[in-house]
Amino acid sequence: MLECKDLQIEFDHKAVLKGVSLVFPERRISAIIGPSGCGKSTLLRAFNRMHDLTRGAKVTGSVTLNGQEIYGASQDAVLIRRRIGMVFQKPNPFPTLSIFDNAISGLRLSGVRNQAHLREAAEQALTDAALWDEVKDRLKSNPTTLSGGQQQRLCIARALAVNPEVLLMDEPCSALDPIATAKIEELMFRLRERLTVIIVTHNMQQAARASDRTAFLWMGELVEAGETEMIFTSPKKSMTEDYITGRFG
Amino acid sequence: MPRPFEAELRDLKLGLLAMAGQVEEMLHLTQQALAERSTHKAELVSRLDPLVDEAELRLDQTCIDLLALRAPFASDLRLIASSLKLVPGLERIADHCCNIARRALILNPQPPVLPGDELQRLGAATESMVHRAVDAFINGDAPMARAVILADDQVDALYLQIYTELLRNMLADPLCIERSSHLIIVIKNWERIADVATNIAEEVLFILEGVNVKHSYLQANAKP
Repeated sequence: MLECKDLQIEFDHKAVLKGVSLVFPERRISAIIGPSGCGKSTLLRAFNRMHDLTRGAKVTGSVTLNGQEIYGASQDAVLIRRRIGMVFQKPNPFPTLSIFDNAISGLRLSGVRNQAHLREAAEQALTDAALWDEVKDRLKSNPTTLSGGQQQRLCIARALAVNPEVLLMDEPCSALDPIATAKIEELMFRLRERLTVIIVTHNMQQAARASDRTAFLWMGELVEAGETEMIFTSPKKSMTEDYITGRFG
Repeated sequence: MPRPFEAELRDLKLGLLAMAGQVEEMLHLTQQALAERSTHKAELVSRLDPLVDEAELRLDQTCIDLLALRAPFASDLRLIASSLKLVPGLERIADHCCNIARRALILNPQPPVLPGDELQRLGAATESMVHRAVDAFINGDAPMARAVILADDQVDALYLQIYTELLRNMLADPLCIERSSHLIIVIKNWERIADVATNIAEEVLFILEGVNVKHSYLQANAKP
């Protein structure tokens, strides 16, 4: 279970996230929704300590993974990012590496050199990302020869290869067509059997059909969180109602 | 300027109101056809039915279009989903009115079976339930919707009382069996209309509060 408590994030003394407390249950898909600039991506990035790399960023409050504080002084951010993987809005495979090398780049970076193990891990990760059948005969090809949807699944395979406990997805389908989007969502459902998925999306339909729980953020604050079915049929807060019905935002 | 979707939802509500108005008119005529023994009003009920059928088809299509094209959520979704149930409910009431009106045509020329005003009271109580259920929808009035649901028990009790009396009459006087049989069908239709009014009130509560109050005994007995 991933949990944040009173999480506050500011950039150059400007508060972007103002004390958000949320629980992301294990092996569930949680969606984070809200208008542009509400802090969705900022929240997501806090979960694998990406703000460590941003000058002027200050993170206070607590983020725990299975009870363990990830911002603890003894925690290595690189190791945290292996346990909590991330997929971005725009597919970003390494363009100078082959499909195969992209899939196992995380493992290579963490020092794995055994070729047999790497081959096995690449196949497993590409299979888990529902891409193996489409690329098994062209593993040495450049990833830029793949379609956008395939590139995104390659990025998911890259994240899965290091066996994360949580997968963060920042608008992973916003650049994809409906068929590629459906494949990613199908993949999310399969991944839910073994890991926790958190997705930031602008697409209300996607949040409604592809998540178990939904959290609505507005102006850096959590307005409402709960089971997706409840949020999209009978939200408790009028602000949530107004946002998801398109009356503001 | 309202969004096109707002205008479409408003049109849906107006369409429902127009259909409910036609159904209420049919109900009133049905009640009068029996009370006044009016053949003219009984025939009028049947003539109004195609208008309600047309409204059903039109509003069904509107709801399907809104679901497909606007992918609504929350209160918008509840309104459209409930409309898909309200519309056939209203159409069903119109059909029950036609059933009663057909029996009125047979019964009106014959001597009355029931000496009292029970039949009028049953019709009036049912008509009032439909009227209040529609009002609750128009005004977003949850307490009124709850009152309609509670009123169903009174209609059921009155139905049972009249049914028992008709059975007793049939046993006592075989000459009134045919008329009483027609009347049993009449009161059964009134009772079914009251059930539909209850369903409408339940949908109104779902639209307003997002709570499903149907079959509450199941929820009360549900395991946690």
